[in-house]
Amino acid sequence: MMVRKPPPDNDLRERRELLDAAGIARTLRRLAHEIVERVPHNDGKPLYLVGVRTGGAYLAHRLCDILVAAGEGRPTLGAVDITLYRDDVFSGLPKPEIGPTDLPSPIDGRTIVLVDDVLFTGRTVRAAMDVLADYGRPRAVKLAALIDRGLRELPIQPDFVGLAVQTTERESVRVMLTERGEPDRVVLRERA
Amino acid sequence: MTLFAHRHLLGIEPLAAADIETILHLAERFLEINARPIKKVPTLRGKTVINLFLEASTRTRTSFEIAAKRLSADAVNISGSASSTVKGETLLDTARNLDAMAPDVVVVRHAQAGSAQMLANEIKAAVVNAGDGAHEHPTQALLDCSTIRAHKQRIAGLEVAICGDIRHSRVARSNIWALTKLGARVRVAAPRTLLPPGLADMGASVHERIEPALEGADVVMMLRIQKERFGGSLFPNTREYSRYYGLNARRLELAKPDAIVMHPGPINRGVEIDPAVADGPRNVILDQVARGVAIRMAVLYLLAGGEAAE
Repeated sequence: MMVRKPPPDNDLRERRELLDAAGIARTLRRLAHEIVERVPHNDGKPLYLVGVRTGGAYLAHRLCDILVAAGEGRPTLGAVDITLYRDDVFSGLPKPEIGPTDLPSPIDGRTIVLVDDVLFTGRTVRAAMDVLADYGRPRAVKLAALIDRGLRELPIQPDFVGLAVQTTERESVRVMLTERGEPDRVVLRERA
Repeated sequence: MTLFAHRHLLGIEPLAAADIETILHLAERFLEINARPIKKVPTLRGKTVINLFLEASTRTRTSFEIAAKRLSADAVNISGSASSTVKGETLLDTARNLDAMAPDVVVVRHAQAGSAQMLANEIKAAVVNAGDGAHEHPTQALLDCSTIRAHKQRIAGLEVAICGDIRHSRVARSNIWALTKLGARVRVAAPRTLLPPGLADMGASVHERIEPALEGADVVMMLRIQKERFGGSLFPNTREYSRYYGLNARRLELAKPDAIVMHPGPINRGVEIDPAVADGPRNVILDQVARGVAIRMAVLYLLAGGEAAE
C-alpha cells in the first residue's frame, strides 16, 4: 500500500514576546468592554460570541467570563471549526483533527462577534463566515482578533483588535494559552 | 491524532488501530453535518467520485453518493446492468477508461475478491473497496464499530457475536479485523458448511451452534444467507436454518440484557432474524445506516485530497 509523505517540519525561532500573561489579560478586558459598548443588542437578546477553533474559541470563552464577572450579562457562546471550509484543505495532508461546530442557539437575526486569535490573510475569517452562512442569516457579523498581524489577502477588516503588529511573510505569530497546557504568551517567531 | 497515511481503503486488515480511530473520530464530526439544516460543506468541491457498483446495492451505493454530495464532490454512479461490462468489457478496462476521465476516487463493488486491490495497482485514482466478493467491506465494519461505540461507549473488552453466513460474508471478515484490532472479543456462529477456514487465525472463536455464541454477548450481529453465491446447497432448507440459527426473542435472552442487535442489511425477515427482534427495542439497524454516511464522508475526506508518495 502506498504511503503518503509526512508534512515538513516547521523551522521557527522565537524573535520577541508581543504579550505576556498580564498583557493578554489586560487586552482581553479592553476588547470585552469595547465589544459590549459598540455591538448593539437592542433586540433584547444577549451578545453572541463565536470563537474560531481552536485559539479563538478559548479567547471567546475568556471574553465571556470577563463580561459575566463585570456584570454585563452572559453572552451566548458558540464555536466554529473551519477545517472543512478552508480553501487550502488539501495542500499537504488532510487534517484528521476536526473540532465540533457548536452554535447553541439559532444565529438568524443575531449580531455575531467572531473571535479569532491571530488575524492574518483573512482566509480563516472568510471560511468562518461561510460556516455561519450554512447555519443561518445573522443580522450582522463583527470580527474581534487578539492580534492583527496584517498581510491580508482578502478584503476583510477587524472591528475589534487587541494588538496590531507589522510582520513579514517570513514571520509567524504564535498565541500560547493555558487552555493548551502552555503559559499565556504571544510571541513573534521567524523562519530560521 | 495520527495522520492517515493510506492512499486507498482496500480493507481493514492493512489498517492499524490508530487508522481506524482516526476514521471513527472524524465520522463523529461528519454526523454533525448530517444533522444541520444545510447538509453540505464545500470541502471536496471540484473533486470527482465514481461509484462503480458491479453488484447489486441500495444502501452502500446511496450512502457513498450522499456522502460525496454532502462534501460537495461530484458523484457519478455506474451500476452493473448499465455498464459496458454487459458488452464484455473487463473490470480493468472499464476502470482504466474511467480513470482516463480523471476522477479523484473510485468506489468499487465487485463479486471477485481482490478486485479493489487490482484496481488500486492499476489506476491513478484513490480506490475505496465497497465490497469485493467474500473478502472485505471495510466501510461496513467501520460504521458497525461507530454504532457499537455510540451505544456501548467503548469497543475494547466487548463480547461480539457474529452469526449467520460467515463463509460468504465480507462484512464478517472486515468486522473480525476491525473489532479485534480495537480490543473486542469476537465469536462467530454458523453451520459448519457456512464457516470458512482461518477464522481462528483472525482472532475469532468459532461456534457451530448459535447459543454459545450468544451467551453473555454485548453485541449480536446477524448476517443474511447469501443464497445468490451458492444456490442454497449448504444447508437443507431455509425453515430448518431459521429454526436452528435464526435470532428470535428467546435466543436473544442468552445475550446480556442491554445487548444491541445489528444487521448490515438487506434483512431476510423470518430467516436469520425474527421480525419482532429486527424491529425490537434493542435493534440499532437504522443507526448503522445513518452512521454509514458519516463514515463514508470521513473516508472520502481522507482519500480524496492527498497525493501518493512515490
